[in-house]
Formats: sequence, structure tokens, C-alpha cells
Amino acid sequence: MSQPSEHSESAELREFRAEMRAFMREEAPKSLLGTSPCGPFDGYWGGKLHPEVPADVLRWRDVTLARGLTAPTWPKAYGGAGLTFAHAKVLYDEMRELGLPRPVVGFGFAMIGPTLLQFGNEEQKLQHLPAICAGEIRWCQGYSEPNAGSDLANVQLACEPDGPDHYMLNGQKVWTSHADRSDWIFCLARTDRAAKKQKGITFILVDMRTEGVTPRKIELISGASPFCETFFENVRVPRSNVVGEVNAGWTVAKALLGHERSMIGQSIGRDPGSTQRELVKLARKHLDAPEGPLPDALQRDRVAAVSMEEAAFQLTLDRLAQARAAGGPGTESSIMKIVATELKQRRFEAGMALAGAQGLGWEGDAFDDEDLSYTREWLRSRANTIEGGSSEVQLNIIAKAVLGLPEVK
Amino acid sequence: MSVVVSNGQETLTLVLDEEQQMLRSTVRQFVDQHAPVGRLRTLRDARDERGYSASVWSEMAELGWLGLQVPEAHDGLGLGFFDLTVVLEQCGRKLMPEPLVSTLLLGAQALMLGGTEAQQAAWLPGIATGEKVVTLAFDERGARGNPHAGKALAARSGAGFTLSGTRVGVLDAHVADLILVSAQVGEGGPLGLFLVDPKAAGVTVTRHVALDLRNAGTVTLADVAVGAEALLGGDAALEVGDGGVALVDRVLDRARIGLAAEMLGGMEQAFEDTVAYLKERVQFDRPLGSFQALQHRAARLYCSIALARSAVLAAARVVDQSGDPREVAKYAALAKVRASEAFYDVAREAIQMHGGIGMTDEHDIGFYLKRAQTTLVTFGTNDALRARWAELNGY
Repeated sequence: MSQPSEHSESAELREFRAEMRAFMREEAPKSLLGTSPCGPFDGYWGGKLHPEVPADVLRWRDVTLARGLTAPTWPKAYGGAGLTFAHAKVLYDEMRELGLPRPVVGFGFAMIGPTLLQFGNEEQKLQHLPAICAGEIRWCQGYSEPNAGSDLANVQLACEPDGPDHYMLNGQKVWTSHADRSDWIFCLARTDRAAKKQKGITFILVDMRTEGVTPRKIELISGASPFCETFFENVRVPRSNVVGEVNAGWTVAKALLGHERSMIGQSIGRDPGSTQRELVKLARKHLDAPEGPLPDALQRDRVAAVSMEEAAFQLTLDRLAQARAAGGPGTESSIMKIVATELKQRRFEAGMALAGAQGLGWEGDAFDDEDLSYTREWLRSRANTIEGGSSEVQLNIIAKAVLGLPEVK
Repeated sequence: MSVVVSNGQETLTLVLDEEQQMLRSTVRQFVDQHAPVGRLRTLRDARDERGYSASVWSEMAELGWLGLQVPEAHDGLGLGFFDLTVVLEQCGRKLMPEPLVSTLLLGAQALMLGGTEAQQAAWLPGIATGEKVVTLAFDERGARGNPHAGKALAARSGAGFTLSGTRVGVLDAHVADLILVSAQVGEGGPLGLFLVDPKAAGVTVTRHVALDLRNAGTVTLADVAVGAEALLGGDAALEVGDGGVALVDRVLDRARIGLAAEMLGGMEQAFEDTVAYLKERVQFDRPLGSFQALQHRAARLYCSIALARSAVLAAARVVDQSGDPREVAKYAALAKVRASEAFYDVAREAIQMHGGIGMTDEHDIGFYLKRAQTTLVTFGTNDALRARWAELNGY
């Protein structure tokens, strides 16, 4: 693990920081300043099926794209800027400082992109990566199935040869976030039913416009969600869309899951101190205490407890980022996923405790918009410890991969 | 140490540089060779008068660790507080009972932060060589660790002061060569720290053995007369610091961070021992570690230790990087609370997962729970420190 040699590197990073700051102040659309906490989920999701996008968001994408900064660490050949992770962190720090959204976000940028960089062939990289950098295509994830949630290796989507150059897909995926707005889906499919669970899986890319692909929205307890289920009926896919080897998709799948956990972890730890600011604001509103020490000692203690956990989590994100030389997420992504999502739930629970009866509205004039949306976000946070690999699955990963505890028999 | 500055915000370096990694491995080697945890039991059973090993202490001094942070002008190495916490963490792994907390975290910090040149010259070299044990007496019955809640008083008397009051939980009091006593200068006045000779007339020191088998005495001051030079830093020290934080709080904040580093070592060792046990111990014809109920609990402890480590490293860095006592105070509260929660959880689970053997005196793992409970209370409980955090953050 090589630490950046301090003096030269930090001088260079300082220079880069100044350059980025100047660039953003000059080129970023003024209307976007201060609009975003700049987390991975906050920005332009891209794609051809995206609803109306403000012109300034597209302009922000274009000025950053011209410098390869929509995917700063990707090689220049694929639309990135070939920067180090330390540089990317500086870039994002500066965006956060100005409250600018990420120019391009989503599963293409955060999940399939890094995975293609690692496992894709040259043709696949050239076909997809520049389009992801440009926000031209949006991706969704075809992992889960009705009978393969936490037992992901149990995927059954049938993938059978159809002539010399194609496969035929039949089956169903679930929790395919944003499938109704996506251009492409990356799928785990069953190519060998005789093999042991993990051995007969293939990682394959499917154009959502292919005949036979049908996404359908799923509503959650919060009343809305990005989730969909997606049906595959005699869907013909070129063999060249297989990433990695046929029947060896599990390796690709695991790498991608690491990127996903990282993305979820980072998205929650996006703005240091935001939890405290949010909870103190709620406390002042609901306890009718515009200033000074909060009058309810127990609520004050609870706000402090959650805010301190958030501070420790932020520092852990920083520490792990400093500790790793290259960017691939390792087992620490499991820690980040579980801590981040549970922290988020505790934050909402603390907020709901502060809101009391004002948190019980679903609709109507007795509640302001903030009350109503907070209640729904609290409900939405219940999904965070399930999606992207449940907390229990993360604990299994830590137990085996980090602590070396034996397999459950 | 690299610091990236962005609009006044510093990015803290949360990893060790090469020299610090070397320091860590030499201390670790020393601790592994010279300081098995079972020493606590041996010292206890022998009713050892001192409560720690004088030879281990002087060897540590020879290796330069006691004077690590002491300025070179006073015969130390002049390194940072962060380096000191690297040593403390390793000593914490084996729960070393040597007077590190009293002398290096309380005594030396107080002298370095608030002492006059003459006071520093009189005591810091002796600390660096291991010849002097120095402690701080700040707590009273009912004050629950709040240095501002006690009744000990320093009445001005001629050019000097008359000290009176009773202090409890004074670490290593009965072996101390110097006891710094905090006392209100006049009723309702500011807190001063006074250099008190334990052998002076009117001073009574009683030794207690604490839950963790370390020394925690009671110090009684009955109209103890001291000169003006006994006030640490002189009258100027009675002004509060730059961030509106009193000297005694600044000392305790450093002590909280140093103690949290020691706790980090303790939780790491207890956790490693427990994971090793889970792998080797067979029940129902399979290793304990193959049971998912235990795997998940172990994995949660691992996450908790990861957060504690980040908080401790950050706090130790802030001491060296930030001149603002309020910043240090925030990070100190954070480090101590995270370390306390993690250490206690690890120690409690360590006994549970060790099963029957874990609850016996014969096995070392129980010492970690005793230390975890002691450190949980020392220098501020979690609820007190959460209140301090809330106050420092303006709510």
C-alpha cells in the first residue's frame, strides 16, 4: 500500500484543487450552485427515456464531459480523465463546497462502468463506457429474482443458445431500479442448470428495447419508489453481450456488488455534519426551541448520539479512502453498506421521535410538506438495509472474508 | 503528515506514516514480550505494593517512549501527541498497568499545556526518564467526573494559597511524586491546578485498588499551605483558553483521546482473541465460528471497532493540527464515546462467546471487561460527553 509521497503529491493536489475551483466558478451554470449536497445519487442520471431535464443540468454535464470529469478516474480512451482517486476526491470535495451536483450519476457510472473496466473486452468498453460518461445511456440491474433475494446465486433467468450468435432469455427479474427509464440492463442468467449454483451463471448485457423485455413499477410502503420488476419473454441477445466467460459470471457479479455497496455507503455519507444540522433543525421546529440548548434532555442526547455516529462514519470513509491505494472496493464496502444504512435509519427514527404527532401525516393540511415527505423518507429508509444485499448478507461477508470464520454448514 | 486545506477545512490524515508504523511495531514487539495480560493477576495475588512493574516502566523510559512528546529542551524527543497515542494503543492491547495515563496523559499534558518554564524544567525531564510519576486529582464524590462540580478550594493566603478538600479516583496517587490538584481559587472562582507534594503537611493519600486492578487513591487536603509558585502557570493560567475552554478541560480532553487510544488497543486484542477462540473451539461437532448467530455478532463488533479507530485517529491528529481547544474538545468527546461503546461491547461479547471459561478468573479475557467498565467511567461517561458534544455544537 503506497501512500502518496506527501510533499510533492499534496502540492500537486493543491494545484489541482485550485484549478478545479477556478474551472467550476467559471464554467458551472450559476443556477446549479448550492443546489446539491453532491452525493452519488444527486445528479444527472442520463439516458434516452429521462423526463425533462433542465438545460443547465445538461450544460453542466457537457462542460465537465469535455474535460473527462464526468468519470474522472476512467481512462481517457473511454471518456474519462485518467485521474487518480485522490484527484477525484479533490474534485468531488470542490463540487460539494459549491453545492454542485455530480454531472453524471447512476448505475452505469457507479456499477457497470467499473465492472466493464475490469472484466469487459475492448469492444464492450468502447461501446458502453463513452456513452455512460456522456450520460447518453442509463443502466439498471437485473440481479434479484422472486426466488433469489439474499440467496443471489439462486438466479433462474433462463439463458439458452439460439443459433450460433445469440442467446434466448426467459424469466423474471425484480427490484430492477429505474428499469422503466433505463436503456440497458445488466443481468445474471442461468446458462448451466446442471452445475453447482454459482458455477452456471453468466453475466449478460441486454438492450431494454429488445422485443420481449417488459418493465413494470413496484410501489413501496413509502408510497413511491424507483423499483420495478422486469419480465423477459423470448428475448434474443447477441452472444457478444456476455461479459467475462460463459458460466463464470459469478466473479463478475461479486465485483459489481462491491461497487454497489460502495455507492450506497458513499451516498449516505455525502455531506459531513448534515445529519446533525437536519436533526437540530427538526428539534428546534418540533420542540419550539429556536435557540440555545435543546430543552428536552433525552431528545438532545439522541440527536448527539446519532450525530456522533455520523461523524465517526464520515471519518471512517475518509480513513478507508486514504488507506487504499487503488480504487476497487474490497470487503470494507460491506462495513460501509451496513453502517451507512443503519445510521440512516436511526437518523430518521430520531427525526420521527422529534416530530411526534407531526410525523403521522400521510396527506392533508394539518401537516406541512416537510412533515409529509419526512414520514415517507423514514419509510423509504427501511429498504436501505434490504436492497443492495441485506444487512445479514453483509454480515456473512464480513464474517467469512474479513474474520475468516468458517462456512455455515 | 500531509494536510490538504480546502477553504479552511483540513483533511485529517487518518493513516500512519512509515515512522509511525515502525514505532507501532517496535512497541508491539516489546509489549508482546514483556507484558502478558496475566501480569495483572500476578501483581494482584502478590499484593504488589506498587501495582505495576518498575522494571518495565524504566525499560519503556530507556526506549524513549515516556519522553516521546516531551520537548527536546526538557530531555524528550519532541514528537507529536499522535505518536504518543500510537504507543498507548499498543500498551492498551495488554492492559498494561504502568502509570501511563496518570503521568503521560494527565501530569505531562498539564505541565506542557499550562506549566511555567520553571515548572516544566522541574518535572518534564524526570517524566521522560521514568523517575517521576505525576498525576492529577480532579474528581470528587458526587461530581461524577465533572471537574467543575467539586468543592475543593484554594483560598488565597498571603502570597500563596491554602488548599482543602477531598479528591477521589486519583490514578496512581500512592506512587506519585507530584499530585496536581484542581481547586477553585476562591468561592465561585476559576479552577486552578496546584502542584502538591504528596508528603507535604496536611496531605493524606490512601491507596485503593480499582476494578481494573489499577491504582486509584483518595487524596485529602487539610489546610495545605502552598506558595504562589505552586499554581500551575501562575495567575495567568486562571484565564480561560483561546476557545473559551479552561485548562483543566484541555488537559482532560487530551486524556480522553489518549485513553481512547489505549481502549482501542484493548478492544482489538480482546476481539482478536475471541475470533481465534471461535475458530478453534468445537461445539455440536463444529467450530463455534460456523454458527451464524455468532458470526453476525462478531461482524457487528468489527464494524464498531472500525468506527472507533477512525474517531481515535482523527482526534489524535486534531491535537497536533488544530490550535482550537473547542475542536479538540469535540473530537475528544467523539473518540471517547465511540471507543467506550465499542470496547464495552467487545469485552462483554468476548466473555459471552468464550462461554464458561470466559467467566472464570483463570482466563484473561475477563480483565478486558473490567478495564472497559473502568474506562467507560473515567474522564466522562458517554452521556456526559454527548451533552458536551451537543453544547460544543450549539444545541
